[in-house]
Amino acid sequence: MSGLAMPKPDDATMRRRDEIVADMRIIVPGEGVVDAANSMRAFESDGLTAYRQLPLVVVLPQTVAQVSRVLKYCNDRNIRVVPRGSGTSLSGGALPLEDAVLLVMSRFNRILGIDFPNRVVVAQPGVTNLGITTAVEQEGFYYAPDPSSQIACSIGGNVAENSGGVHCLKYGLTANNVLGIEMVLMNGEVVRLGGSHLDAEGYDLLGVMTGSEGLLGVVTEVTVRILKKPETARALLIGFPTSEQGGQCVADIIGAGIIPGGMEMMDRPAIHAAEDFVHAGYPLDVEALLIVELDGPGVEVDHLIGLVEAIAYKNGSTTCRISQSEQERLSFWAGRKAAFPAVGRISPDYYCMDGTIPRKELPRVLAGMRELSEKYGLGVANVFHAGDGNLHPLILYDANVPGELDKAESFGADILRLCVKVGGVLTGEHGVGVEKRDLMPEMFTQIDLDQQMRVKCAFDPNHLLNPGKVFPQLRRCAELGRMHVHRGQVAFPDIPRF
Amino acid sequence: MTTFTPTTPSEVLSTVAWAVAEGSPLEILGHGSKRGIGRPLQTEHTLDLSKLSDVTLYEPAELVLSAKAGTPLAGIEKLLAENGQQLAFEPMDYGPLLGGEPGKGTIGGVLGANLSGPRRLKAGAARDHVLGINVVSGRGEAFKSGGRVVKNVTGYDMSKLMANSWGTLAVFTDVTFKVLPAAETEVTLAIRSLLDDAAAAAMALALGSSAEVSSAAHLPERIAARVASGSLGSEAATLLRVEGFGPSVAYRIAALKTLLGNAGPLEEIGGEVSRLIWRDVRDCRPFADGSEKPVWRISMTPSQSHQMVLTLRMQAAVSAFYDWQGGLVWLRMEQGDPEAALLRGLLRKHGGGHATLVRAAPSHRAALPVFEPQPPALAALSVRLKQEFDPKNIFNPGRMA
Repeated sequence: MSGLAMPKPDDATMRRRDEIVADMRIIVPGEGVVDAANSMRAFESDGLTAYRQLPLVVVLPQTVAQVSRVLKYCNDRNIRVVPRGSGTSLSGGALPLEDAVLLVMSRFNRILGIDFPNRVVVAQPGVTNLGITTAVEQEGFYYAPDPSSQIACSIGGNVAENSGGVHCLKYGLTANNVLGIEMVLMNGEVVRLGGSHLDAEGYDLLGVMTGSEGLLGVVTEVTVRILKKPETARALLIGFPTSEQGGQCVADIIGAGIIPGGMEMMDRPAIHAAEDFVHAGYPLDVEALLIVELDGPGVEVDHLIGLVEAIAYKNGSTTCRISQSEQERLSFWAGRKAAFPAVGRISPDYYCMDGTIPRKELPRVLAGMRELSEKYGLGVANVFHAGDGNLHPLILYDANVPGELDKAESFGADILRLCVKVGGVLTGEHGVGVEKRDLMPEMFTQIDLDQQMRVKCAFDPNHLLNPGKVFPQLRRCAELGRMHVHRGQVAFPDIPRF
Repeated sequence: MTTFTPTTPSEVLSTVAWAVAEGSPLEILGHGSKRGIGRPLQTEHTLDLSKLSDVTLYEPAELVLSAKAGTPLAGIEKLLAENGQQLAFEPMDYGPLLGGEPGKGTIGGVLGANLSGPRRLKAGAARDHVLGINVVSGRGEAFKSGGRVVKNVTGYDMSKLMANSWGTLAVFTDVTFKVLPAAETEVTLAIRSLLDDAAAAAMALALGSSAEVSSAAHLPERIAARVASGSLGSEAATLLRVEGFGPSVAYRIAALKTLLGNAGPLEEIGGEVSRLIWRDVRDCRPFADGSEKPVWRISMTPSQSHQMVLTLRMQAAVSAFYDWQGGLVWLRMEQGDPEAALLRGLLRKHGGGHATLVRAAPSHRAALPVFEPQPPALAALSVRLKQEFDPKNIFNPGRMA
């Protein structure tokens, strides 16, 4: 697997596999334990399909008590555990380990409560993101974060990854829309954080859990805020001769005090791939295409469309279409939403990156990507969440050509280094997982990473939960716990004074 | 008793390193505007961050601002206003309630106390807007987390861990926040003369509509007179704030009037009066009476709060008003006893949440848990985190105990 080092399997655990499987069957009776290799095949990978590994055993619990007993059993016996929701992670967050129990939460698939006066839904973690909206849409409500995998991805997985989506510019990420969770710690303790009230009672552990990639605890219940659907939504489809003009248009829209419901940009290769695939009517003679969606009451949307149109014109737009019907609005989005499969048609394989940059650095980063594309001899198509600077470069390669996967990964790593260099970050919404794990030192010093590991130590001191993810190198908690004495001095002899 | 007044992050680091080596606890202080919250501290030394003050980055088009932790909030808000922007979470000013001057407080304190205001309902709290931090831990290690961009899931969100830690995990040296455009127009719709239960129903109806109400408060009779210099009169006022572009605000206010036409007499309040009302609700001015009568800040399930207050009234004399659609209750104990056990017991029976004793005499704060006590497993987890970041209990020892 492409040079990725995972924790060395524990021999003692591997030897005791039969005993562990039998014990799991006692804890989770019925159909909840899968140990045959051919049946476990379905779980060997997540959305990052370049990496595959069969787990020790697959366990699908149905109750919180079972989750608690499985974790306590494993904690007591030093057995690793990898939690998994729907398996849609794009960073390998749910990649199994050979010596680890794969704890699959898909049978936690029920909505537990709907409370319209307080606008909250309580769901089990295996409920899909879209499933929450489905449960409340008849009354005109919805759950705002909308990752593009929302048909399949689970709300528990959304918490683990702090998932975003097209609408998070205006409505926030998972972290801003989750009010509470119930979770089980690796030692089997059940803890509730938040609820249908706002803010934490002490340290904001809910905030830490959100985006912790399954390394701190297993989520068993989620309480989310639902919102009333906006009355209307309309979109503008705007073409520019250069990406600089498109980028300036984005900056000017925000500078005018407008926060659109969604603001997406595509570059020339992505525009062409999408248009060839879905025939959305995209202009083919532009370098950058911007979709700006405005939502709210009709009068507000009409007012803002006028403002955005003027801003686009001022920035040299060569085409600007305004959706006149819901059908037309959806057709603007059709190409953007099909961008990934469209790129899949023009290249045998593609590798999707996820860096975020300060928006003003867009021209510089796009130019840098063009240089890298030439250097590696691989094509790249760009779609990005323009409002918040989250890039999704799609690197085109052919896995059947020896060495191309490695080349694509090196290209991707160079793009992320460039993102960090201009003041951005390695991952905007897909997570670190195994994919970007070894790039963490590009952004963090060892001291920075040690602090994150200290959080891990408070939750899971034996590093049993989802090891091999996020951190390039695991350090033992006891070692981290030592106080470092500065330059051999035991105490500072003088009080510092300023 | 020494007060350290560092002017650079490296001076903060060397002060903390010294305190760690000496095992000498520090009180972490900005302007001291929230010093009266939490268990009283008895530290020998004070780390005063008020000279660690500067806006180090402000890019309006990028919606981002970074500042040294001791930078005055008032200065930041002024700078943002000059550019038509704001901290959308509307951090409250505890000064008036705690008997201090208004307009004090630092940006570090905003994050350390996870401040917010009436717009919390729609826009979140400080935790929802912080993008990155630089801090010094109780091990004498300087580190960073997060960055300057909104979309970022690289590593654990340590900025949120430090929000609401009240200076007990680390000392902030730099903080970076997302900033947002200020609304062009704001109008408040007031429904008059409702009792608490009718107000709760009206607020739920308004928040469940597509009118995008950004704040919803209920000021019962007599409380209403204590905001905006009495301009509301003394009749109960249920307040709904609508913000945005002019045409949109007008449309949404009209929609709310249609929706709530039968709820009670309606009044439209705009401009400066609306802004003053929400400032005073935000800062809990109705209870800013210069006394030490205990005041609780309770976060709970919105629809349950008026029932809890009603039950409480049968056993204690209280004044109450509601923000966040009822999800935030401000409670003043009129007889001087905080009644912590009674109140927290009732809170558990009404859907749970947390009650913080934000104002009380030092003797009460020393004897009672000011912050909501946590169940054993959660409390143990919090203790383990404290030990990881401040193993020698150097920072604000006991404040959150």
